[in-house]
Amino acid sequence: MSSPGSLAIEVTDLVTHYGPRMILDHVNFSARQGEIMVVMGGSGSGKSTLLRHLLGLHQPTSGAIKLLGKDITKMNADEMFDLRKNMGVAFQGGALFNSMTVGENVELPLREHTRLDDNTIRIMSRMKLEVVNLAGFEDLMPSELSGGMIKRAALARAIVMDPKLLFFDEPSAGLDPVASAELDELILTLRDAMNMTIVVVTHELESAFKIADSITVLDHGRILMSDKTAAVRASEHPRIRALLDRTPRDDSVDADEYMERLTREIN
Amino acid sequence: MAEKTGGLASFVNGVGMRSVQTVRETGYLAALLVESFYWLLVGFRRRQPVRMAAIFKEAMSAGVNAVPIVGLASFATGMMLAIQGIHTLRTFGAEDQVVLGIALSVTREFAPLITGIFVAGRSGSAIAARIGTMTISQEIDALRVIGINPVRYLVSPILAAMLLTLPALTIMSDLLALLGGALYCAGELSLPLPIFFARTFESLVAADALQGVYKSLIFAIVITMIGAVNGFGVTAGAEGVGRATTRAVVLGSIGIILADMVFTFLTSR
Repeated sequence: MSSPGSLAIEVTDLVTHYGPRMILDHVNFSARQGEIMVVMGGSGSGKSTLLRHLLGLHQPTSGAIKLLGKDITKMNADEMFDLRKNMGVAFQGGALFNSMTVGENVELPLREHTRLDDNTIRIMSRMKLEVVNLAGFEDLMPSELSGGMIKRAALARAIVMDPKLLFFDEPSAGLDPVASAELDELILTLRDAMNMTIVVVTHELESAFKIADSITVLDHGRILMSDKTAAVRASEHPRIRALLDRTPRDDSVDADEYMERLTREIN
Repeated sequence: MAEKTGGLASFVNGVGMRSVQTVRETGYLAALLVESFYWLLVGFRRRQPVRMAAIFKEAMSAGVNAVPIVGLASFATGMMLAIQGIHTLRTFGAEDQVVLGIALSVTREFAPLITGIFVAGRSGSAIAARIGTMTISQEIDALRVIGINPVRYLVSPILAAMLLTLPALTIMSDLLALLGGALYCAGELSLPLPIFFARTFESLVAADALQGVYKSLIFAIVITMIGAVNGFGVTAGAEGVGRATTRAVVLGSIGIILADMVFTFLTSR
């Protein structure tokens, strides 16, 4: 067990490409054990890519990603398999398995990773459904749930193994303000109750400032800032201010380049 | 700048791109096949077992539920073969020989082919649609982050189920097609059923029936892998799923026929 305050996530010089295009450009940041780190950025800033790399879904071009002290870019499949038991992920659209009931969805990680008997598994998954206020919904199919309920069910599945790391992609996207606020409360509760390290990727300012201990701001694949919430709020950096004050970006337009773009591949 | 150099260059360019795409897809298919077998054989040792329950579930939907349609098609084909056979042989006055013709063509060719085509239409499309939908809704990613290998969880059970049920379906198809032929012969040639079957089994050697069974094993692999490759390749939303499904059926069917041709060529010389 790592002591509280030690680093649960440590990303160093992460460079990634999508085809020939560089998406993340020497990204460095870290999150301490038991803190809520919000990764913030506009569309196309690379925050979704960063999340996918943190989850070990892609191999980066270069750099290191240490989760719970181990570099996942150098791990073999078996080590990754073991680490995944300590990771929970709630995807943006929930990604519940549509062919299974809500209950079976939540039970799946337990069935795959443990040898517990049926009743224990069912009780454990019901406990997690209680945590996310979905008690009694285990026999419904995901298609019968509302958007907010899907996110909560996905959260229940993510925490059913009591992971040390929890990743949450856009918790408030597509939710009404009340449902979104409830989800924020839930994230805070989880951190306090289970001492999880939680990484939340979002572009929602309000929710970010409400839950974050630290904030990492991504822009065009680079880290603008990674610091305590108060420091980010007080930042004078123009891009961060633009993001916080919701001003449109004023990228200057090069006239020649603009003409070239418009006329390219014609004639 | 391929755009400026006119038709021929862009044609060659297109051919090249398609060739690369085909080679890439074939390679991916081969890798997927090896991985599917890998999990079937050693999955349990790496704590990623292919569950019996999953195999049975797939065997139900891919095999057992296909029994009525495959049975009907086989029966009709057997009868059709008898009609055509008698019609043709009558010109030589040799309509008695129709039994041999039906027996050989059904067991060596028609039964596995009809079974394969129908299963490709039913299950190939279902495999592509399911995996494709799961890809675009991030369910495949969800499997991976939970620590479940998607190939082990989604492809291996279907592959096992197909390898088990397709030969069984083929043998059923053999029998029903022979029955169809026998019934027509009973009416047209007044040939009693027991005599038809006695002559059938007299003229058949085990190798004939086995050839059909071997073919069905190859078809099982072709259908499953083409369905899976198209499913995992889906990128463009719901429309992409539709396209992958169609592609799985078309490529699966043509794949079966081509595999059949090659196999027949190699084994019948």
